[in-house]
Amino acid sequence: MIPEKLRAAWVIARRDFVAVIFSKSFVFFLLGPLFPLIVGGMAGAIGAKVQRDLDNPQIGIALPADEAARMMAAHRALADAMPGDVPDFVVLDAPWGGRTYDARAALAGSHRAGTAEHDRPVGQLAAVVSGSLAHPVLTATPERARMWQGMIALFAAHAQSVAPAALPPVAVDEVASSAASVQTGQVSTAQAGQVALFLLTMLLAGMVLSNLVEEKANKIIEVLAASIPMDALFLGKLFAMLGVSLVGMAVWGAAWGGLMVMGMKSLPLLAAPAVGWPVFILLGFLYFAMAYLLLGSLFLSIGGMATTVREVQTLSMPVTMLQLMVFFFASYALARPGSWVDWAARVFPLSSPFAMLARAARDPVIWPHLLALGWQALCVMLIVRTGAQLFRRTVMKSGPARGRKVRKGGLLGLLKPDRTAQDRFSQGEA
Amino acid sequence: MTIGQDGDWAIEARGLVKRFDGFTAVDGVDIRVPRGAIYGILGPNGAGKTTTLRMLLGIIDPDAGMRRVLGHERPTDVARRIGYLPEERGLYPAMKTTEAIAFLAALRGVPLKTGRARARELLEEHGLGYAADRQIRQLSKGMAQQVQLLGTLVHQPELVVFDEPFSGLDALNQGKLEKMIRALAQGGTTVIFSTHVIAHAERLCDQVAIIAGGKVPFAGLVDDARDRLRPQVRLETRARDGAWRAALPADARGEGAFWHFTLPESGVEPLLRALIEGDAGILSLSIERPGLHDAFVAIAGEAAARALEENASGQEKAA
Repeated sequence: MIPEKLRAAWVIARRDFVAVIFSKSFVFFLLGPLFPLIVGGMAGAIGAKVQRDLDNPQIGIALPADEAARMMAAHRALADAMPGDVPDFVVLDAPWGGRTYDARAALAGSHRAGTAEHDRPVGQLAAVVSGSLAHPVLTATPERARMWQGMIALFAAHAQSVAPAALPPVAVDEVASSAASVQTGQVSTAQAGQVALFLLTMLLAGMVLSNLVEEKANKIIEVLAASIPMDALFLGKLFAMLGVSLVGMAVWGAAWGGLMVMGMKSLPLLAAPAVGWPVFILLGFLYFAMAYLLLGSLFLSIGGMATTVREVQTLSMPVTMLQLMVFFFASYALARPGSWVDWAARVFPLSSPFAMLARAARDPVIWPHLLALGWQALCVMLIVRTGAQLFRRTVMKSGPARGRKVRKGGLLGLLKPDRTAQDRFSQGEA
Repeated sequence: MTIGQDGDWAIEARGLVKRFDGFTAVDGVDIRVPRGAIYGILGPNGAGKTTTLRMLLGIIDPDAGMRRVLGHERPTDVARRIGYLPEERGLYPAMKTTEAIAFLAALRGVPLKTGRARARELLEEHGLGYAADRQIRQLSKGMAQQVQLLGTLVHQPELVVFDEPFSGLDALNQGKLEKMIRALAQGGTTVIFSTHVIAHAERLCDQVAIIAGGKVPFAGLVDDARDRLRPQVRLETRARDGAWRAALPADARGEGAFWHFTLPESGVEPLLRALIEGDAGILSLSIERPGLHDAFVAIAGEAAARALEENASGQEKAA
């Protein structure tokens, strides 16, 4: 026989699930992930273009003419073989007869190249090489000086040789992975898992927050409270939204799969997690469920104290901040495996699913996950029970809405019980 | 502490206390509702009726006192056997009428399929069959109230609790509801309802609890409440004066040929004898038993009675 609480939770979950799935807002929920993708893509493209336009540094060469020519030849010979982006070289001036070049003035933008041949704007000038090939002087900001010092020395050495040796061809023997690449790849997979978990829970948070407002607005809450245990109501609502999110994930997954089939092979592929993909996906699903249930039960409890949509909107900002903090905490812990921060992130209920999913990407041991899932489930039950008790205490304690007072004390007022006109009457104030 | 089990009570509560935020909303309420009775909780708004009902239903827990509902000390254990219509009525607006009733039935443990079938039967029975597939938001307020009432009864509860059931209903629907309450009681269902309209309680109830300021100064048979007051005598005489006037009680008030006074403890016979012997010329004499309203005034006090009347007139205007 099904326990009464589960049966009651099922009744609530079924009603909520059907109500949400067949509502217009569900279409927007399904389209939800598109918005950050589109906005993020556009912002990224614009940002990259701006970066390209603005950050194209040049290094000015202010050496005697023959040395400048040899320096330019060295740049042509070595630039492509160097890792990363090597800035363009620009010949600024060819000092002669003991005249020195004012590199500081050139970098300050008050000086244009001296020779007519190389006369050009110096707006992108980031450093100047002056002196001589034997004793080059690099004038630049400290950061760039540190970055380019070795490169300039290499180019100058190459330029000084009368017959510079050609770069020998290097035969390449490619391997699928190395210890370093596996570790880096698994960290990326862990990060991707955490981000996906965060985005999914974020999508649901607003819906969970406002979940009990409908019952309050429709005044059906009292019938529910009289018919079923309050924690069954909370559980039912949580599982309904979990079901809704699973439908959403199925739709998103199908869309993603469709795109892959249609040939969008350029989508990034992640390194295999330490526990293997099947287990990782299963754990990802379980940790998503736990992260959602933990955050959801907390948000449902907080949202349960709100009586209007406006109050829910007021609550949504701190709630989003809380989600971000949890996410940042887990991300921070990811970079410090084995440290106390990592352990704290694994034990603290709200960050535990994030931290443990990251662990699954990097560590093949399974049993800690069973322990973590048990701990998280226990925390869900505790939060649901506490939230239900708080809800009963704060909501079901006054008469009809005609006497409902406006709360004082802002959000802190939410934690205080209402005092209604009916209450005041009882105290002889009416 | 266990409540005694000597009587066949649907509800038995002793010393219920509920405090909210520093004030006492319900202060030591004792109620015993016999099975199959129609029981009224009578009092003005803010007297503690709703809080008392919520404690009896297990929606909130009392700070002190004991309650036993259908033989269980935890009312939530018998929630499936109880129907509850709160004062603030409401349903999910997007739900269809049949689904709404079936949902309320499902909350009380009735399988959805059975609930739907019963919902259709009830809707047909009460002349609402044409609205079976309409959404709640498409119904008038009165119809929506009827649908919720049917949802309260769909699981055939042993105990039905109505909080201000007549509130917001027009006279016609109030009459229908009274009829339904009587039919429920005849079928063996215990009905307990709160009201601030004495007439409903007087017409329907076997027993009442009068509640004011969170206390219950009287709980028992309606007749016992009325019997707390002596009957009132209205006498009309031909003679305006004479020795017979000495036989009238001290509280007698004269208005022309009429006298009003409380029936003396000694009864009506000695008075009649004195009036006849004194040649008062009795034109008419009536003995009126006090109504529940008079009893309420005497028990709860003038202020509570005035508040009750104000609530009732406000409700009439709203309806």
